[in-house]
Amino acid sequence: MSALLTVNDLRVRFPTRTGVVEAVRGVSFTLGRERLGIVGESGSGKSQTGRAIMGLTPSHAEVTAKTLSFGGIDLLSAPPKVRRDLRGKRIAMILQDPKYSLNPVMSIGRQIVETLRRHESVSRSEARERALDMLAAVQIRDPARVFDLYPHEVSGGMGQRAMIAMMLVAGPELLIADEPTSALDVTVQLEVLSILDKLVADRGMGLIFVSHDLRLVSSFCDRVLVMYAGKIVEEIAASDLASAKHPYTQGLLNCMPVIGADRHPLPVLDRKPEWAL
Amino acid sequence: MTTAVSVQNLTVSYDDFKALDAVGVDVVAGESFGLVGESGSGKSTLLRAVAGLAPVTEGTIRVENRQLKGARRDKAFYRSVQMVFQDPYGSLHPRQTVDRQLLEPLAIHGVGDGERRILKALDEVGLGSGFRFRYPHQLSGGQRQRIAIARALILEPSILLLDEPTSALDASVQAEVLNLLEQVRRDRKLTFIMVSHDLGVVTHMCDRLAVMQNGRVVERLSAADLVAGRIGEEYTRNLMVASKGFRRG
Repeated sequence: MSALLTVNDLRVRFPTRTGVVEAVRGVSFTLGRERLGIVGESGSGKSQTGRAIMGLTPSHAEVTAKTLSFGGIDLLSAPPKVRRDLRGKRIAMILQDPKYSLNPVMSIGRQIVETLRRHESVSRSEARERALDMLAAVQIRDPARVFDLYPHEVSGGMGQRAMIAMMLVAGPELLIADEPTSALDVTVQLEVLSILDKLVADRGMGLIFVSHDLRLVSSFCDRVLVMYAGKIVEEIAASDLASAKHPYTQGLLNCMPVIGADRHPLPVLDRKPEWAL
Repeated sequence: MTTAVSVQNLTVSYDDFKALDAVGVDVVAGESFGLVGESGSGKSTLLRAVAGLAPVTEGTIRVENRQLKGARRDKAFYRSVQMVFQDPYGSLHPRQTVDRQLLEPLAIHGVGDGERRILKALDEVGLGSGFRFRYPHQLSGGQRQRIAIARALILEPSILLLDEPTSALDASVQAEVLNLLEQVRRDRKLTFIMVSHDLGVVTHMCDRLAVMQNGRVVERLSAADLVAGRIGEEYTRNLMVASKGFRRG
């Protein structure tokens, strides 16, 4: 399996008035055309890892790595033009909440067409055709109607499907999904996940799935990285999750209330300072 | 068995839209009652209607055998009923210290002995007196929710309305806050009405629950029935399937 993405010793630092905050402290992994999950609590650096790969780290932050390469391109030394061409075309990102990440003053169809025409020279009518096909592929029943709707006119689940359509229309090789279903209702979550799952499998994309929900990630991905305080504390095949060794991973698994398990009080994480070393 | 909160035929309308449509729920004193459903099902509206935060157009709400009229609530009501909101980032005043936020309900109700009560409340939610003069931005999400719980408990209410108290928190922090809520309920023999979209949380915390959809209660059942799969409605079954997580296939 040739590596699509190689990350070696990735670090993201934020200079603040009270000193430097290290959000990501030496993360390394390689990704082929597979589904990789990154799990951790808020502040563990999981989202900043995804953003650094995408090139969306705020400009005042400092990103360093021994290697950060995608398909042979060194992302850190690549000029902005190269990164712009990668973003959306070969690497795409799905964000958490469609309410905030879709453009509110542009119809859904136009946003999808914009992505496509930015990266490929296609005619207006062809772009429209492909956008409609994509909307159909994310199981939107009436693509022609949704094409002309604005983000505030659709439900959360529909908005998130539109975002998936927008991200996949240019046929990316790597998809980064940052909490793609956390803002959705439980019943809608499964629908969106199964659409995402099918498209990722059909198109043979690499997927990085960032989430705080360890169980969800393990049911969706092949391999899981568990992050704590900016570092990977455990890497584990999703099927072996039950035999996780790190106490933090075990803690994350155990602390969720499960239907049918009568545990009062719930086990809580006993954070050890040495985990963050 | 005395009824702590009794809601009959309650309708809440926003213009032509009925957020609640003839809903009836009875909550026994001392029990923990859950409300589940997806967003827009009216579960939060029901809680807000009890607290006097939603426009009730029809129906009755009785709390501890006193009938409530309109959206006005007297001070005695707030002595016995307090609410904890979903998002501790939004429900605490950003420019007031913890001390002031906890003092506020005491001042409104003219309760003396503030010093001792504040220290006791902080202690009860597992935060030491070291947190007393901090601002909300100096606290983590879990600590903020503990402050919100302390603020609700400081008047020693008998009924706590909990609107998704842990859904803005990390899973590990959620466990701590749920344990805290169970602890105070046991210690003070409180009645809980808890809204959540997470069936795992509701079955963990509640004895009985009502499943809501489109402003109506579609099913009432006990947590034990839900766990055992004795479910009558298709909608409840769908929620149950959804809460089991993603399955490929």
